[in-house]
Amino acid sequence: MEFFVAQILTGLANASSLFLVACGLSLIFGVTRIVNFAHGSLYMLGAYIGLTLMEALPGHFGFWGSILLAGIAVGLIGVVIEMLVLRPVYRAPELFQLVATFGVILVIQDLALLIWGPEDQLGPRAPGLRGVFRIMGEPIPKYDIVLLIITPFIALALWWMMTRTRLGVLVRAATQDREMVGALGVNQAWLFTGVFALGSALAGLGGALQLPKGGADLLMDFTILTPVFVVVVIGGMGSLPGAYLAAIIISVLNVFGVTYIPQSTLVLMFIVMIVVLMIRPYGLFGREEVAGEHGQVGEPEEPIKPASAKVRAIVAAGLAMLALLPLYGGNFALVLTTDILIFCLFAASLHFLLGLGGMVSFGHAAYYGGGAYVAALLVTWTETPMELAFLLAPLGAGLIAIVVGWVCLRLTGVYFAMLTLAFAQLLWSLVWQWQEVTGGDDGQVNIWPADWLNDNTVYFYFALIFSVGGILTLRHLAHSPFGYALRAARDSKRQAEATGIDTRRVQLLAFTFAGFMGGLAGALFVFSKGSVFPNELEIVRSFDALIVVFLGGVKTLAGGVVGAGFFKGVEDVLTRFEYWRLVMGLLIIFVVVVAPEGIVGSLRRAWRRFGPGHSQADTATEERRT
Amino acid sequence: MQRKTFIKGLIAAGALATLPLTAAAQDPIIIGEINHYKRMAAFAEPYKMGMELAIEETNAAGGVMGRPLEFIFRDDQGEPGEAVKIAEELMTRDGAVMLTGTILSNVGLAISSFAGEKGYVYLASEPLADSLVWAAGNPYTFRLRSSTFMQAAMLAEAAAKTNATRFATIAPNYAYGKDAVAAFKENLLKLKPEAEFVAEQWPALFKIDAGAEVQALERAKPDAIYNVTFGPDLAKFVRDGTDRGLFDGRDVYGLLSGEPEYLDPLGDEAPEGWTVTGFPWYDLEGGPDGEFVKTYQARYDDYPRLGSIVGYMTVQSIVAALEKAGSTETEAIRAAFEGLEVDSAMGPIVFREIDNQSTMGAYVGTTALQDGKGVMVDWEYKDGANYLPSDEEVRALRPAQ
Repeated sequence: MEFFVAQILTGLANASSLFLVACGLSLIFGVTRIVNFAHGSLYMLGAYIGLTLMEALPGHFGFWGSILLAGIAVGLIGVVIEMLVLRPVYRAPELFQLVATFGVILVIQDLALLIWGPEDQLGPRAPGLRGVFRIMGEPIPKYDIVLLIITPFIALALWWMMTRTRLGVLVRAATQDREMVGALGVNQAWLFTGVFALGSALAGLGGALQLPKGGADLLMDFTILTPVFVVVVIGGMGSLPGAYLAAIIISVLNVFGVTYIPQSTLVLMFIVMIVVLMIRPYGLFGREEVAGEHGQVGEPEEPIKPASAKVRAIVAAGLAMLALLPLYGGNFALVLTTDILIFCLFAASLHFLLGLGGMVSFGHAAYYGGGAYVAALLVTWTETPMELAFLLAPLGAGLIAIVVGWVCLRLTGVYFAMLTLAFAQLLWSLVWQWQEVTGGDDGQVNIWPADWLNDNTVYFYFALIFSVGGILTLRHLAHSPFGYALRAARDSKRQAEATGIDTRRVQLLAFTFAGFMGGLAGALFVFSKGSVFPNELEIVRSFDALIVVFLGGVKTLAGGVVGAGFFKGVEDVLTRFEYWRLVMGLLIIFVVVVAPEGIVGSLRRAWRRFGPGHSQADTATEERRT
Repeated sequence: MQRKTFIKGLIAAGALATLPLTAAAQDPIIIGEINHYKRMAAFAEPYKMGMELAIEETNAAGGVMGRPLEFIFRDDQGEPGEAVKIAEELMTRDGAVMLTGTILSNVGLAISSFAGEKGYVYLASEPLADSLVWAAGNPYTFRLRSSTFMQAAMLAEAAAKTNATRFATIAPNYAYGKDAVAAFKENLLKLKPEAEFVAEQWPALFKIDAGAEVQALERAKPDAIYNVTFGPDLAKFVRDGTDRGLFDGRDVYGLLSGEPEYLDPLGDEAPEGWTVTGFPWYDLEGGPDGEFVKTYQARYDDYPRLGSIVGYMTVQSIVAALEKAGSTETEAIRAAFEGLEVDSAMGPIVFREIDNQSTMGAYVGTTALQDGKGVMVDWEYKDGANYLPSDEEVRALRPAQ
């Protein structure tokens, strides 16, 4: 019994930081609809700033003052981010802003490294709170007790603010109907800035408050990100009581998990999330999403049409140039181009899902990495010939996609996205943990192609045929009846169903096919590198694809491929420099702000407006739209 | 001899500094070094500094075979796929004669697999995974640093000398943690068959829930604890464990916990009385390791970490191999590495012919607090050669050639 109580207290103390960071994220999402991936970075900044202040300010007052000041400082940083990066892109396609926040992550990572150096910093102790209290004989650190008392007060203060103040009324109103709030004369821009600042300040506060339990390090931005998203989703996006309850559930369950099933540390919270979302598709206290229900935010997408003869000629010429690469490019050019081609196919498969299907997957790496692992495991354990393993890999990935899609398609929007992420994490954990079969973190090595393919040039052609073939197939599908049905399901589910389209089946098929193509890219990858590790299943890999798709242009057919080609190329150049993440982050933000329709979308618009042969009619449509 | 090269090095380094534009008479010998300079900056920076020191010394002394030595440092972002691409570029476009580098085991394994397939020599400097030279070993991959198995065996030897029988382990939930626990168990049970393992905790890497882990360990009431956590996890574990009295009256064995990289961030909260492997640079005097510390501190306004000496020894090993090979052909370098003897900064080491693992050892000692900082006391340098499995076992582990 004593032990049980002690465990619950530990869990409650752990919930503290998690709640603060999560409720900030939840507020921001509720009002602005921004999925703020940089929230972990704000948390990290809070920790570092708090640490610096604590070194300067001594004593009780210094310690608690530093925590408050860190929160305020991060809130101000939030204001800067909102005004410079997010404000220009509020009208961009749904979820586009998350790409901008991803750029912010990269920038903050390098800046933190520049300012605070690479070494982990241990947080200072809270003055007077070293040591333990004995509660029923069990030792509980004093600071834990303080945390678990403070947190409900912060939660209460927030609740009071939301229910009893004018600001709270506005925030709640904006959460329900942004446009109506604007129509009633509230300055939306400042409301958004204010909420973003508040959310950031809470993240900063969470970062500073956890210092005596840990410290500050450069990995903490990503470390906190997943649990925070899980908490927000379980609680229901936009709900503060939900975030509080979810933070407690996750933290307390985790403490019991550690004690009774020590191996569960990787998967527990994802399993909880899947279970909760199966029973309550919008989280414990969440409401069905209003935005994105009928069509998407921003201007409507123009109908796609087959490429004109001119475009076809250009693409054919480009392909011919590619096919002749071995004649004029060196060995490394072949290897680099093979990498880029594979990544293009991966991005194109996600683009198919996202652009045509309107299904935002945060876990597309599951199929890419899944395909790679299917091939690798077949080779390692059954000595399957390479050619057969290569063909079975996309099938395996497609199979995974059927299962995941079947479960996830009950949900829509951000909840759908988070559920795909949870499944990707489950698969990752399985591969990571099941060392006897998968090799765990040590991965699968010596997975080389058959002898006839082993030459870099031959493998380049192999990758070229499958990547380009795959991309063209995806493109062709967009113009097929299936593609039309898919877009109908995306734009208006009800109307599509009224015309006799089984939208769920169409979407599941699309999901499976995207997984299949992702798996094909994974199979190409594993045989070109000769090894595969759980990295290929990580969230980061999913985001890589997501970002290039958005930057390339979601609402254009070529967006995924162009974005992937462009950014993989740029990355190869940039990583040769010391502070490349800073530059990459700034570049992403720049593209987001300058070309909110993505590279392809913005080029197309520029071409229409300034290019040769633009007609009165084009300009007229153009003006009507803007 | 070490001192002489050091002085020569200083003079020549000074000469080089005043004449930065002196062109090398010969084309440099290029080595490709791949690492996670950004992702693991706290480890990669001292490592790179150690390398640069050795490169400067080598070139000041006339280079290798009369040619200057040049390293191309490339960042792989900690991504195995990226590392393989860079390896290809270094070997085929930049004209590197061999590859070295990496801290993370998975990246090391990816390069090793690639090197084995394409026939490039790869000296894995820092990755610890046992499989690198055993289960996934190949003739082209050599490893410098003492592996997980070797360091765990050293701690198991120390643990076997005590009366403790009930052991608990805590290790990050991934390959390194699992290997480290398995190796410790295997070696301890060999020396002390009555030992039992009463709890095994597996926190997720860098996501430790320290309070819960400490409670779980306490509940098992072990006599001794074997710790494999490191980095921010270690800091949290030590803080919560100290607060809750987990370490009182218990023996604690910490793998790598004594390395400055991990011990220094703990400041005055560094645990006392743990038996650890690490790098007590502050105590090293005389001997090649002491010389290294002196040179390093003279060259940089900083003290060496374990990574620094590993970086330094990596260059020493490469120079020795090139000189023994007398050529920059891959086959010659590979053959030279087999059985290569190096007078390294940690004393003489050998790259074993049987598995390409070097016999670099480790310092084992007890942690203590001095002037508000964690240090190792009563330490001893253990030669890695004594902590490897028997030749038959190794042969069984390595894939047939």
